[in-house]
Amino acid sequence: MQLTETSAVDLVEGLQAGRWTAVEVARSFLERISGKDPEIGAFLQVHADAALEQAERIDARRATGKSVGKLAGLPLSLKDVLCTRSQPTTCGSRMLENFQPPFDATSVAKLRDADAVFLGKVNMDEFAMGSSCENSAFQATRNPWNLECIPGGSSGGSAACVAAGMAPISIGSDTGGSVRQPAALCGVTGLKPTYGRISRYGLVAFASSLDQIGPVGTSVRDVALLLEVLAGHDPLDSTSIDAPVPPYSQTVEQPLKNLTLGIAKEHFESGLDGDVESAVREALRVYESLGATIKEVSLPHAPHAVGTYYIIACCECSSNLARYDGVHYGHRTDVSQMLAEGGNSNDDLTPLERMYCRSRAEGFGPEVKRRIMLGTYALSAGYYDAYYLQALKVRRLIRQDFDKAFEEVDLLVGPVMPTAAYKLGEKVEDPLSMYLSDLFTVSANLTGQPAISVPCGFTSGGLPIGLHLQAPPMEEERLLRGAWMFQNATDWHQRRPQ
Amino acid sequence: MNATQSATAHDVVIGLEVHVQLATQSKLFCSCATRFGAPPNTLTCPLCIGMPGTLPVMNRHAFELALQTAVSLDCQIAPFTKWDRKNYYYPDLPKGYQISQYDLPFSHDGHLDTYDPKGNLPVRRVGIIRVHLEEDAGKSMHDEAAGKSDSLIDLNRTGTPLLEIVTEPDMRSPAEAKAFLTELKLLLTYLGVSDCNMQEGSLRVDANINLHVPRNGETIATPIVEVKNMNSFRAVERALEYEAGRQWEEWQATGQKMGDVPKQTRGWDDAANLTRPQRHKEESSDYRYFPDPDLVPVVVSPEEIEVITKSLGELPAALRSRLESEYGLSAYDSDVLVNQGRSLASYFVQVAEACGNGKLASNWIQQDILRLLKERQETIDDFPVSAAALADLLRKVDQGELDTSKGRDVLGGMIDSGQPAEDVMLELGIAAVDESELTALCEQLLVENERIVADVQAGKVQAIGALIGQAKKRNPNVNPGRVREICLQLISKRA
Repeated sequence: MQLTETSAVDLVEGLQAGRWTAVEVARSFLERISGKDPEIGAFLQVHADAALEQAERIDARRATGKSVGKLAGLPLSLKDVLCTRSQPTTCGSRMLENFQPPFDATSVAKLRDADAVFLGKVNMDEFAMGSSCENSAFQATRNPWNLECIPGGSSGGSAACVAAGMAPISIGSDTGGSVRQPAALCGVTGLKPTYGRISRYGLVAFASSLDQIGPVGTSVRDVALLLEVLAGHDPLDSTSIDAPVPPYSQTVEQPLKNLTLGIAKEHFESGLDGDVESAVREALRVYESLGATIKEVSLPHAPHAVGTYYIIACCECSSNLARYDGVHYGHRTDVSQMLAEGGNSNDDLTPLERMYCRSRAEGFGPEVKRRIMLGTYALSAGYYDAYYLQALKVRRLIRQDFDKAFEEVDLLVGPVMPTAAYKLGEKVEDPLSMYLSDLFTVSANLTGQPAISVPCGFTSGGLPIGLHLQAPPMEEERLLRGAWMFQNATDWHQRRPQ
Repeated sequence: MNATQSATAHDVVIGLEVHVQLATQSKLFCSCATRFGAPPNTLTCPLCIGMPGTLPVMNRHAFELALQTAVSLDCQIAPFTKWDRKNYYYPDLPKGYQISQYDLPFSHDGHLDTYDPKGNLPVRRVGIIRVHLEEDAGKSMHDEAAGKSDSLIDLNRTGTPLLEIVTEPDMRSPAEAKAFLTELKLLLTYLGVSDCNMQEGSLRVDANINLHVPRNGETIATPIVEVKNMNSFRAVERALEYEAGRQWEEWQATGQKMGDVPKQTRGWDDAANLTRPQRHKEESSDYRYFPDPDLVPVVVSPEEIEVITKSLGELPAALRSRLESEYGLSAYDSDVLVNQGRSLASYFVQVAEACGNGKLASNWIQQDILRLLKERQETIDDFPVSAAALADLLRKVDQGELDTSKGRDVLGGMIDSGQPAEDVMLELGIAAVDESELTALCEQLLVENERIVADVQAGKVQAIGALIGQAKKRNPNVNPGRVREICLQLISKRA
């Protein structure tokens, strides 16, 4: 068995049993990265030396009988939106090209404490804004199933590196589907936990009320193990939930009895690709064969989810990204050149204001600028009530829809994306159609509920399709067990790209 | 109506916006210290410099100090309050927004009465529109004087808890504005929530001022001007006096009413003794307030408010009236004592209670203790003579065992030796003279000085001074006032 095709749970178990060493495991993945990543472009930085040193230390500790962490020797990659001490944390942006935080994100610190081995940082849409990974300022990432296609986004690097066997696990972030959608498009498993389940401290903010860290892996068992390590209250994040963390990895393989699955009729109404629809319907039959009951529910406000999401996300990002002004962080324009060029005589901007404008114009890409402008507009006097306040009201209505639905069903099930992966460059000029493709995923961020994407088939063109499962807030255990039931009965998640 | 009358027949209308730094050990949303005067950018952490990835966590102690203040100002406390972001760009604001409170401040609708011990000003109940908590920004230092265009940023102050107190436009003169500020500062000092040091920026005042001019049975309001950059209460008074005069002249020259021109901001130039217009730009800015998604709302229970209320202790206004009613002090005396702070006022109360003479205690504390504290550069908490010991001494003075001058000698001895009054008197050879002994001495003196007795009987009362001199020669411990009284009594009996 190749180590790079082994699941995280099995890798950890083999490390504990002494079947292989942390160095052997790290080396195989690093070799895989050097062989495969030139064509995929998932990694922004590979920390080969640091990873091998870390692996050696873990092996040495284990060899001398000292205690090691829960994930001791498990390699993984981090989306470059998570702060890593004294290492570049770029968020896929020119703006933060040279930013090295002096601290680890809480999630990174937990992984470090668990003795996970960090392979490197992976690509993403700039500041997690995008659904294709094409908004990275540094490189495009390709879908391992078809190099002409996008891997999805914004955690495209995470999904692609797991799909290509370059890491057994990657930690991403999900603001409107950014873990689940690339996981679906790359044929891997991606979890967005309940808002507040994992500390956001050290996750560079896109939209604070929607952002949540989540693991990407090759199976539900793997993401369950990672959630167990990452979850928990953090005094550094006021919005993190103070509740005990259940032993997800211990319970994940227990099937749910008398499972009732809900399907929202709104999810099958229009624009759903035929292959995607049949794969999802086939998945429902699999569940029925496992004894589950399928029930139709209504989410009447679902059509407004995308609009609501983009108002709230853009408003929050316009404020969150204000700190990148060229004074303290990030790119600063060449001021001497700016002064030499002189100001536009038509404006009355001070040199300071011109420095702000130029630094931000140069440092941010078009999608980030678009969202900052949308958010700034929506928060402005005279528009606030019509946009932001209205969006908050609709957000509450959407939450009520789901609360009502979950009174009748245990889990909601449906497609992750209306289509499979599209070609690179296909939608770059059409941001609106890209936004609309988020329609199934954004609700979980608006309501805070956990959701997972698991592979459920392929298109006729051989591209992966994802099944979307959602549970009420804090019901990760139910969600993971329900998702595992499907994986246990199917082998879609075991397929690998050639 | 003649010119002089019209020049005085208008109201000056003043509202204040006071920013107070709370005296917490650490900042509002991180654990950095809040000391003043540390080297620039040494009291900072990733959070308060706005580093990407950081998240704020509220300092509950700061919130409690804010609650204490609001309760003391008789404000309504909101059961639920939230944090909002005020978005604007400035180099000393590293996040690009300030965490503040917008539409749901934690408290609102309170009041504070002004106080003037001299009684020259009316007691004015000044409404408090709202009190809210926010984080302070950093400091920008512009090196323009040196001919350079460099600006330096110090983020030590960034994130310091700041209370914003906004009053109704209830003050009707610059002197009232000063009186309000004096009373507010005293209150804050009693609460111990701030050191109120205007020089160090822990108390900052902006004022809104305009005129209400009666005309044809209606009142016309002139444009409101916001005055900034006032660095002392005296400066506030002077700036507002200047501004009221300037606005009157402008009104007469232009006739502009409120709404005719945009609200103006003017800066006070203390040296030049005038206000100057500042950039208008701020007025047009849109702060795009919205709830901060990084922070959870704060819930305040009635029980918590009750605990806070009970913890406040006696506040200045109540204390002043108690000193007047219970110890018979004048408004002036109670004001002097209360202004010295909670410790000294409480020292006074203990002395007055124990010696039974409030007026005497007040005199001694004002004339002697305050002078000694100043000389010794110490506070009442470090003063070596306890309230009980001073009361002991004052009782002897009150009963005539000691005159004021001897009393001072004894007090000096008490400070030096730390001994009680009784022991110091022994040491100094000051013994209380027995009343019968003193009467015997006086009778003796009258017998020996028939001529003086005759002079006194003839109306030359001042002749008695010679007897007092003789008495002191025979016994240095006699109380001269008492000798005089006894002698006069005996002489009148003879007649």
